[in-house]
Amino acid sequence: MMNAQEYFANQEPAALMVLCCICGTAIPANPSNMCVNCIRSQVDITEGIPKQLTVQWCRGCNRYLQPPAHWVPAELESRELLTLCIKRIKGLNKVKLVDAGFVWTEPHSRRIKVKLTVQNEVFNGTILQQIFIVEFVVQTQMCDKCTRREAKDTWSAVAQVRQKVDHKRTFFYLEQLILKHNAHSQAVGVKSRPDGLDFFFANKSHCLKFIEFLQNVVALRTKSSEQLISQDDNNNTYNYKFTFSVEIVPLCRDDVLCLPMKTGAALGNIGPVVVVYKVSNLIHVIDPFTLNVQELSSHRYYNDPFRALASAKQLIRYTILDVIPVGPTRGKFILADVQLARDSDFGMNDTIFTTRTHLGNIFQPGDNALGYDLSTANFNEADLAALKGRGLPDVLLLRKVYPERKRKERKRHWRLRKLTVEEDDGPVRRMDVEREAHDYETFLEEIEEDKDMRSKINLYREPDAEQIMQRNKEEKAAQSMLDEGADDGDDDDEGDVGLEELLDDVDINQDEYDEDD
Amino acid sequence: MAVRTQFENSNEIGVFSKLTNAYCLVATGGRNMAAFEKELSDHIPVVNTSIAGCRIIGRLTVGNRKGLLLPNTATDQEMLHIRNSLPDSVVVQRVEERLSALGNCVVANDYVALIHPDLDRETEEIIADTLGVEVFRQTVAGQVLVGSYCSLSNQGGLVHPLTPVQEQDELSSLLQVPLVAGTVNRGSGVIGAGLVVNDWAAFVGLDTTATEISVIENIFKLSGAQPQTIVTEMRNSLIDTL
Repeated sequence: MMNAQEYFANQEPAALMVLCCICGTAIPANPSNMCVNCIRSQVDITEGIPKQLTVQWCRGCNRYLQPPAHWVPAELESRELLTLCIKRIKGLNKVKLVDAGFVWTEPHSRRIKVKLTVQNEVFNGTILQQIFIVEFVVQTQMCDKCTRREAKDTWSAVAQVRQKVDHKRTFFYLEQLILKHNAHSQAVGVKSRPDGLDFFFANKSHCLKFIEFLQNVVALRTKSSEQLISQDDNNNTYNYKFTFSVEIVPLCRDDVLCLPMKTGAALGNIGPVVVVYKVSNLIHVIDPFTLNVQELSSHRYYNDPFRALASAKQLIRYTILDVIPVGPTRGKFILADVQLARDSDFGMNDTIFTTRTHLGNIFQPGDNALGYDLSTANFNEADLAALKGRGLPDVLLLRKVYPERKRKERKRHWRLRKLTVEEDDGPVRRMDVEREAHDYETFLEEIEEDKDMRSKINLYREPDAEQIMQRNKEEKAAQSMLDEGADDGDDDDEGDVGLEELLDDVDINQDEYDEDD
Repeated sequence: MAVRTQFENSNEIGVFSKLTNAYCLVATGGRNMAAFEKELSDHIPVVNTSIAGCRIIGRLTVGNRKGLLLPNTATDQEMLHIRNSLPDSVVVQRVEERLSALGNCVVANDYVALIHPDLDRETEEIIADTLGVEVFRQTVAGQVLVGSYCSLSNQGGLVHPLTPVQEQDELSSLLQVPLVAGTVNRGSGVIGAGLVVNDWAAFVGLDTTATEISVIENIFKLSGAQPQTIVTEMRNSLIDTL
């Protein structure tokens, strides 16, 4: 025993040595009882793993393809590229991946070498670790976006949105709605045309989705047509270009309409002369004499289309002399009898008009208003057919206005985003440009006054919004002193855009490669 | 010398046969007897049998030159057959024991035996009487199934490769024979199932590598006495390593 103890002392304690069953070298006992070299010569744990693979790369945008259709931007020897390469290797789920890294290769060699360390169980319980290299051959392939860009023929469906009206208010509003809901995210391009816009899409379904969005916000009618581009007779596949003609109902807010007999009868016998007070995907009309409120859908409109009697461009200014509420109310509309005179008549003569209006709650004696002067207007007999001989009212009041302010120096503390629209090729007339600028200004003023419309679109703050607001307040105070209290009660009603309604305008670089193909 | 063979395509010889200095038991079926008979029938009787209708007789029985122990599941017919076939010097005895796989629980040569620590006192006495051996309760490499993980002859013993050196020395002093830790059947540690041995012959599975055979022949002192046989045997081993 003493000898044995000395023997133990001299030796290392972990001396569970057996002979490797194949080559006979002394090894510590392991579950397979073979030395590492013999195991290595017997088994190759990297057996099922391919050692050479290909990966696709787009020259134009330096992106690598992750099948089936996703392109990943990555630099050489970057983490994203490593993830991509490892994902492509089949058979890695059978072994345990311990380590992975790149082996340097010449950048122009079109080869990427990845060194992997894997572990796997062999025989019964022995874990073997092995390092091996997988080589990727880089093949160039153009990604879809680059192909489309190069081909310059990118669209397969177009939505041609038109409204046959002489102003662009609806389109400005539509533009803001589209921006807010990002409905144009899948559009390949937008082009401006006379009387409307063209939206181009790569996919018929994207186009249909856009048109459905439009149907929910404005009243319109669509017609579709297709054009055969190419066909493959062996597969019976056909390649089309789709065109959707979207026509927006040409009635706008503040229009006066004379409804045709049938339409008026279908809408609860509303009187033929009505005023449009709101436009969504339905036209909301109100009879100013009976406070009857109805909604006209685009379907009913196109059954018997008609044009407005007068629209916003024909509004003239009036001054209210007296307001007598009659009694009936409906929501925010109060029926009232008013006495008013044209601003152009002031000082000239004593012509006073008496009429009934639905805006009794807004007007006070002494206010300025906008309305239609129907006494001096000429209309076609056909348009007035529904009236059946009765006369038109002399005046129809529409809106209240405030005295003209010098808006030119007054900067707004908020702004809107605009769609990137390709301009129409063709001669551009200065008149059109001026008219459009004037329309845009009117649109901005409308936004300032109408809280309801504001809630539907996004307003963004100017960088120095607070200073501008401050300055404007001082100017307003100064002017009100000059005008001697003419605007006393009106400051609140004007509905200055509060700072809390504004969003921060983050200038995101709208990259071309926003979404997937 | 160590002979490589198979029992119906299985390399676990020790499961289907029992080899001692006085006799050899082989399970029924096919041409299994051929290898055994060729080697042994000149010297000792080779008996074809089953225990309780099963062929795993190597693991169910334990015996040496002086006796043979059968489990309580062995039928009377089988016992009679065995008793008739074996020489009269061998005492055949049936043992009533809960752990009935005697071949797994007990390993014995002609002088000494190791048994499963949980075996009955009664069984221990029967073993001592019938086999005429000194009995020790021990474990091998922390395993209680001593018969599976250790193989013993009068010249030496082979144990499971994970047996610590200390334990090897302890067992060696108990059993009074040299011990070595090794493998059989290409790295398998279950020695008792892969190998049967007596003082002059050994049978191993076909998968056993040359290294393992050389270890076995070394520890059990099996290499033939004549130099010629040594040369031919060694040459066979050398060719195997290639």
